[in-house]
Amino acid sequence: MTDSKYFTTTRKGEIFELKAELNSDRKDKRKEAVKKVIASMTVGKDVSTLFPDVVNCMQADNLELKKLVYLYLMNYAKTQPDKAIMAVNTFVRDCEDPNPLIRALAVRTIGCIRVDEITAYLCDPLRKCLKDEDPYVRKTAAVCVAKLHDIDPLLVEEQGFLDMLKDLLADSNPMVVANAVAAMTEIGESAQTEAAARMLTWSGHLVNKLLTALNECTEWGQVFILDAVANYTPSEENEAQSMIERVCPRLAHANAAVVLSAVKVIMKLLELLTPGSDFVQSTVKKLSAPLVTLLSSEHEIQYVALRNINLIVQKRPEILKHELKVFFVKYNDPIYVKLEKLDILIRLTSAANIANVLAELKEYATEVDVDFVRKAVRAIGRCAIKVESAAERCVSTLLDLIQTKVNYVVQEAIVVIKDIFRKYPNKYESVIGTLCENLDTLDEPEARASMIWIIGEYAERIDNADELLESFLDGFADEQTSVQLQLLTAVVKLFLKRPTDTQELVQRVLSLATQEADNPDLRDRGYIYWRLLSTDPAAAKQVVLAEKPLISEETDLLEPSLLGELVCHIGSLASVYHRPPSAFVDGRVAAQRKGLPSRAPTLAEATGAADAGAEVVPTDNAQNAKPAVSVIPTQDSLIGDLLDIDMSGGGGGSGITQQSAAPAVPSQSNAMDLLGDGLDSLLGLGGPAPQQPPQQQPAVGGGSGVDALADIFGGLSATPSAQAGFTPQLESWLPAQRGKGMQIDGRFLRRGAQLQMELQVRNNAMQQLSGFAIQFNKNSFGLAPAQPLSLNPLAPMQTATTLLPLHTKGQVQKMEPLLNLQVAVKNNIDVFYFSCLVPIHVLFTEEGGMDKRVFLSTWKDIPADSESQTSLGSYSHSPDSVSNLLQSCNVFTIARRSVDGIEMLYQSMKLCNGILVLAELKISGGAFTLSLKSRHAEVYSGVQESYLKILKSSN
Amino acid sequence: MIGGLFVYNHKGEVLISRVYRDDIGRNAVDAFRVNVIHARQQVRSPVNMIARTSFFHVKRSNIWLCAVSKKNLNAALVFQFLYKMLEVMGSYFGKINEENIKNNFVLIYELLDELLDYGYPQNTDTGVLKTFITQQGVKSQTKEETTKITNQVTGQIAWRREGIKYRRNELFLDVVESVNLLMSPQGQVLSAHVSGRVLMKSYLSGMPECKFGINDKVIVESRRAADSSSAAGATKSGHIAIDDCQFHQCVKLSKFDTEHAISFIPPDGEFELMRYRNTKDISLPFRVIPLVREIGRTKMEVKVVVKSNFKAVTKVEVRIPTPLNTSGVQVICMKGKARYKASDNAIVWKIKRMGGMKEWQLSAEIDLLNATDKAKKWTRPPISMNFEVPFAASGFKVRYLKVFESKLNYSDHDVIKWVRYIGKSGLYETRC
Repeated sequence: MTDSKYFTTTRKGEIFELKAELNSDRKDKRKEAVKKVIASMTVGKDVSTLFPDVVNCMQADNLELKKLVYLYLMNYAKTQPDKAIMAVNTFVRDCEDPNPLIRALAVRTIGCIRVDEITAYLCDPLRKCLKDEDPYVRKTAAVCVAKLHDIDPLLVEEQGFLDMLKDLLADSNPMVVANAVAAMTEIGESAQTEAAARMLTWSGHLVNKLLTALNECTEWGQVFILDAVANYTPSEENEAQSMIERVCPRLAHANAAVVLSAVKVIMKLLELLTPGSDFVQSTVKKLSAPLVTLLSSEHEIQYVALRNINLIVQKRPEILKHELKVFFVKYNDPIYVKLEKLDILIRLTSAANIANVLAELKEYATEVDVDFVRKAVRAIGRCAIKVESAAERCVSTLLDLIQTKVNYVVQEAIVVIKDIFRKYPNKYESVIGTLCENLDTLDEPEARASMIWIIGEYAERIDNADELLESFLDGFADEQTSVQLQLLTAVVKLFLKRPTDTQELVQRVLSLATQEADNPDLRDRGYIYWRLLSTDPAAAKQVVLAEKPLISEETDLLEPSLLGELVCHIGSLASVYHRPPSAFVDGRVAAQRKGLPSRAPTLAEATGAADAGAEVVPTDNAQNAKPAVSVIPTQDSLIGDLLDIDMSGGGGGSGITQQSAAPAVPSQSNAMDLLGDGLDSLLGLGGPAPQQPPQQQPAVGGGSGVDALADIFGGLSATPSAQAGFTPQLESWLPAQRGKGMQIDGRFLRRGAQLQMELQVRNNAMQQLSGFAIQFNKNSFGLAPAQPLSLNPLAPMQTATTLLPLHTKGQVQKMEPLLNLQVAVKNNIDVFYFSCLVPIHVLFTEEGGMDKRVFLSTWKDIPADSESQTSLGSYSHSPDSVSNLLQSCNVFTIARRSVDGIEMLYQSMKLCNGILVLAELKISGGAFTLSLKSRHAEVYSGVQESYLKILKSSN
Repeated sequence: MIGGLFVYNHKGEVLISRVYRDDIGRNAVDAFRVNVIHARQQVRSPVNMIARTSFFHVKRSNIWLCAVSKKNLNAALVFQFLYKMLEVMGSYFGKINEENIKNNFVLIYELLDELLDYGYPQNTDTGVLKTFITQQGVKSQTKEETTKITNQVTGQIAWRREGIKYRRNELFLDVVESVNLLMSPQGQVLSAHVSGRVLMKSYLSGMPECKFGINDKVIVESRRAADSSSAAGATKSGHIAIDDCQFHQCVKLSKFDTEHAISFIPPDGEFELMRYRNTKDISLPFRVIPLVREIGRTKMEVKVVVKSNFKAVTKVEVRIPTPLNTSGVQVICMKGKARYKASDNAIVWKIKRMGGMKEWQLSAEIDLLNATDKAKKWTRPPISMNFEVPFAASGFKVRYLKVFESKLNYSDHDVIKWVRYIGKSGLYETRC
């Protein structure tokens, strides 16, 4: 009699029948019925209605039946919590059964029943079981603590289960220890309270004990312990070394999980040792053979091993550098193994073994699986880029493959040949002819984009480049954006190289891009080219035909901090996905990021580092000393974009890293220079004033010796006088006749970030004035005195000057005119009222600078009709001095360009209440024209006036 | 750790479903069926993430075994466990197929209860499991018996129970090597390695301590260094350099690491004592020299020469792949029988008694249908060989296996020992 018959009952009324059977008098019949119920449960049928009947069978002393009932309970207790309570007594009784197997079964099951009411009953039996005389019960109870912690972490911490768990680590039985370790690791990752987390951290003493227990544990227990030990970072090199020595024997274990976990521990500890020492070298040597052995295990394990080896090879390439051959692909390997092997093969390629690798890759490129073949072709290209001496052989191999005319092989080959052209310009263009023959067969965007890039780049050497590009142009609208962008650039390149006969073509592509395309990137790039070409073709040539930065040879390397994190997760899912756990695990556990420990540097190394640091300093200064004002004609973002796409040819995903190119090769070419300056100026302008390097602080305006001195120290401290750019004249606010002898002159200043009102009070009366106080009426910007007016009693005919700090948190009421401020000053004689105009530039904050692209998008966002243009008259300022001058008033120059002797400055400022004002200052032969844009047009007049004042002040 | 474990048949119907963790719901069962078993395209990885849940699967004949988790668990451990589970089930009811799984589902649930607790693998040793989980249901045991069981399940030597008695103490050692070769058409060895296994069947009484000696260079040399006086006995040549070896749970690894001694208390019955890998100085038993000529679009000529490089007589099979559009094959061979098997797309050449140091040739003319479909290009799979030879290609030798049992009165001399060497073909391929 077999059990398969239970799967076949699918009649109606079955539940009813089962119910009857479950309540039958006969034991065997009841057992049959429970089996049927479990079978139904497995297939996904809802048998929860039978809950009470099944629970009734629980009392049976038959262990097999008991297990089945428990299984049922675990599944359905949650849906029927009130009924599950009925089972509690049986559980509690079973926890005291003389048979240890039953005690363990009960404690195992009860932990899986996630019903709050039951959890409360669980504590006592669990406590007893944790101290059970039988190791089988104890090891089960240890895991149960983890289960309980998952349900109610605070309960576990309150009830002292953590202490009991920790006691189990010293148990005489290895399996109990292993399970306690597993439970502690799991709880430690999600501990609720500080105290608990602290209690569950591994101490050196504990780790030592666990490593001793390692030998006696089951293979799984060894994995638990090794994974736990991996979380511990020893403080000293010696300790790390002795830990490695004790973990190393595990590398010979038959279980791949044990081997990988041991590798993980060793890889982590190696970070703590002196690099290059004999011990490190011998340890590294020991790692290679076990890793290779993993490749003769089952395919799935091979896959996990290969994904990990991929990480290990990136971290420590020396481990497997001589083991190239084991990564040769076998015909019968499953595809996932093949693809991974190929990846590692490329990483291990060097000039020494390139011949072997290339022969293999050629073999792979003729296989059946499309993905694999593509990857193999791509790998050939990567070899060419990595090993220069082999580039020629790689190119000829690729040409051979193109001759096969297999569509996807051809396309893939063209994509990689484009990369080879990038790496070795002007070397292999003899193959262009062959490539052009295959033009018609290209149907994938990436291949088309690559081909177009090649045509554009070598336009001067391809006689019919215009025809070829024109043929692409016919279907412009149907192409993908990446191809369209490439086509646009290629045609512009062609035009710049052969302007005479391609004017029509370039006009066509520009109008297609700007007028018919929906994609904003495409339109923007079209406009840029258009404007570039129409205003300054020479500049266009510099930008479009700029020398391109080199591409890096190592591709798709993981970013070092991620690599470090993944090395800490060797053997785990994270290492299989090559993603940090936070990317795929929910909850708190994921938030804890692991990282490789770093070695405390020795004394000698520390001094060495200090020396190096000292050397670095001058370079920093030199960079800071670069001219602050940007000379970029357009925003750098788009230029960056242009170069970016130009580099990759296909617009991303071409297998050559683009992101690394820019920082890696600074100032390589004109274009890069532009970018570099742009960045510098951005940094300089965007930061708050005190952080600016001293060289950028111009000594315009006052120009006194104090100011100059202040300038020198300006970068170090925020001395008020450092802000010397522009100081307005004192204005007469309250004439003596109106103030009963008190005359007030004043002005508004901004020093550092502090808004101040300077008051010059003169006593023209015959008596002493005292008891000064000041008050502001509600005003547009919420200006109010930040502290009471501090003015000593004033004797007749005496003058006193005071600075009154202001804040802008006062009450706001819109005034007319906007900048009007009504002030009341009181003294021992009377209260006097006067009103004055606040020059708007004192309200400009230090945060007024912005990124170029932000500027551009903000400019665009504000409707054109709100733009206001005024002529400011003629001044002798140079654009540089203007921008410095304005900068001192927190008007930030974002970008600058010059067209035909007309200088354009793009500036931004931000008012203390957050209003942004953007300005375009046009300087044409000394005549200044200001265009303003803001969402609040009211501020225009004030800004214009401030500009006028500032310009006039120092003219 | 493992959140749930499911077993499906080829249609994707669930045969076994056991959930260990609360974060795995019933929908996970369906997610795997829909996204992997019923997936339109062949699934290309043994690990798949579906809706932030990871699915690990292995497939045996028509059965899918799938472990599920939402955590960042140890992937190597999961696969090792799945294989172990297949092994355990296999030893309980034989072949893993739908029929057997349905017939034994209660047993499987019972096993799963024991194998995993809250997703953590527990004791997975078949021998031990069989002491308390049986197909006949659990017998009612006395207190002493159950304590004995639990002690053994959790004990230090979990793989062996006490009180085993044999009238005849006997042990068998099989050194089984699979020889893997990848050779270029020009006869250059691209890669060759031997993966060997030492299988032991022990029928020994009590708790015997065994010491195992092999002719590995490192082991032999360190032995010699340890007691230089006895070095005279060892022959100079005949040492091999094993790249790497792995041992059964029972071998004391720390002792191996420090003293290069393989010592252990064996489980009762059959087990795999050690696994090793060797890449140096492999004596390749056979050599295949292919010659393929394509004559026009409808004809091909194949010549294959097989050489044997050893002194023995054995059975050999050579598989020569043919293109998919083969219409007919004419084969001529001097020795053995060769037949074109259309279903396998290969010429299968069997030689019943291949003598040592001999060379045999096969030539074939292959007629092809005019290939209209260019996309289905023939990719020339490699020619493979199957054989079994009575020696170890790596040169691996068992030097001794000594048995010490202090409590019972039998000595090493009383144990009857058998050693056998088998060299099998692994992936023994020559590209053509």
